[in-house]
Amino acid sequence: MTPPSYPHRHLLGIEPLEPAHIQAVLDTADALREVLDRPIKKVPALRGKTVVNLFYEPSTRTRASFEVAEKVLSADSLSISTATSSVQKGETLLDTAKNLEAMNPDMIVIRHSASGAPHFLARHCRSAIVNAGDGAHEHPTQALLDALTLRQKKGRLEGLRVAIVGDLMHSRVARSNVWLLTRMGARVVLCAPPTLMPPGIETLAPVTFDIDEAVEGADAIMMLRLQQERMTGGYFPTVREYHKHFGLTEQRVKRARRDVLILHPGPMNRGVEIASEVADGPYSVILDQVTNGVAVRMAVLYLLLGGTEAA
Amino acid sequence: MPPAYRERQELMDAERLSRTLARMAHEILERHPDVRGTVLVGVRTRGVPLARRLAARLREATGVEPPVGALDITLYRDDLTTVGPQPVLKGTDIPTSIDGRTVVLVDDVLFTGRTVRAALDELIDFGRPARIELAVLVDRGHRELPIHADYAGRTLTTTREEVVQVLLEEDDGQDRVVLLERTAGTAPRTRTPSRARGGGAPAKRRRRR
Repeated sequence: MTPPSYPHRHLLGIEPLEPAHIQAVLDTADALREVLDRPIKKVPALRGKTVVNLFYEPSTRTRASFEVAEKVLSADSLSISTATSSVQKGETLLDTAKNLEAMNPDMIVIRHSASGAPHFLARHCRSAIVNAGDGAHEHPTQALLDALTLRQKKGRLEGLRVAIVGDLMHSRVARSNVWLLTRMGARVVLCAPPTLMPPGIETLAPVTFDIDEAVEGADAIMMLRLQQERMTGGYFPTVREYHKHFGLTEQRVKRARRDVLILHPGPMNRGVEIASEVADGPYSVILDQVTNGVAVRMAVLYLLLGGTEAA
Repeated sequence: MPPAYRERQELMDAERLSRTLARMAHEILERHPDVRGTVLVGVRTRGVPLARRLAARLREATGVEPPVGALDITLYRDDLTTVGPQPVLKGTDIPTSIDGRTVVLVDDVLFTGRTVRAALDELIDFGRPARIELAVLVDRGHRELPIHADYAGRTLTTTREEVVQVLLEEDDGQDRVVLLERTAGTAPRTRTPSRARGGGAPAKRRRRR
């Protein structure tokens, strides 16, 4: 019997994955994407499986995307947003998870503000665990859908020059993307103001404080949101100053390759990290990312829950 | 060939396979003289090259080639959570509307009928064909569901433990159909594989037919 293409029980991050495993997720997502174009967008593959989406932080895209993916595969889907749950009464993460587990879900998809929360659950729960974003650590499904989008448009990941620009300090998306892209042979350049550049990140990829230098000749530019809700110190004088020095304007896009792709994980602060004309312009693949997000999450669900129970 | 099996009999060589497909194409044409109203849908993997070959022969005979689609039934299997780790997905591609048309499902071997059941369920999710017919290269008996072939290249009596292996130029580098039997001294599995994949390709999971 051939070994499973994705041998892990969980998806906790990109860091532990080998290129072959990443490839398996991307190839499966490609095969599943056509289901979203069918007149009846449902296949019975995960009939009778239950998935709990446990979101401790707000989310539009990620949560809706997981829900659609779950329903298309005929799994039963249940979403809990902690703002309206007993977490408000002081219930701990472990108690919440254990109580949910007593109802026998097959998988828990978790987004949490503490890095390592999904790993904690994986140690204490029987269900398969998927990380939908943990603190500033990782957001693996985002990196996978970004990679799928790049591969779709460019035909490959190897050798692509990708600039990741923005609030790297608070970005789990950036970290997951750096792991994935470098592992698959792309060349990554990181750019942020010095106050938002995490110390030590230069060990993962080359860094620059100059956005013009970062986007020069780039195949793809990934813009990250200023995460003002996580900022407790004075990182820059004003939002307008940030846009002037680090915002992606039409002028700056011209420095990249003529067939450059513009990505953004969303939600966007229009006029801050990215100009509206660029977000809505001909190089933007931001909405393709969202569609691919559903396909990628379908692939993750299928690879973790389809087939026999992993040992 | 998988290690526990040996060839007992050659059922078709390349020439016989070609003549059988020619006959099947004419049978389809006889029943459906208006080729424009038909769609051939091959069940992955080997049903797809067979569907293409039948379509080519229909074009030779009439000047019109029916559309050909490919169906991956993996997501509709009734044994998905018991066959082993996630089966590899190859994707489904139905390039045209099937509403009101005659769909001819094409597969290499008809055995228990479970693959065809999954294919029917998936096909119905794409639309409402006027009718669905089944064309198979080999019908080897042992049906577990009320399913029959409308067009069969060859009908055989086999034992459950035997394996009918179809090799095609497109996937295996040669055209042959062989009957395999278990070599003496090997213990039978509790689930009989319906056919093995040979020709030097790595052993994949067995599919019930």
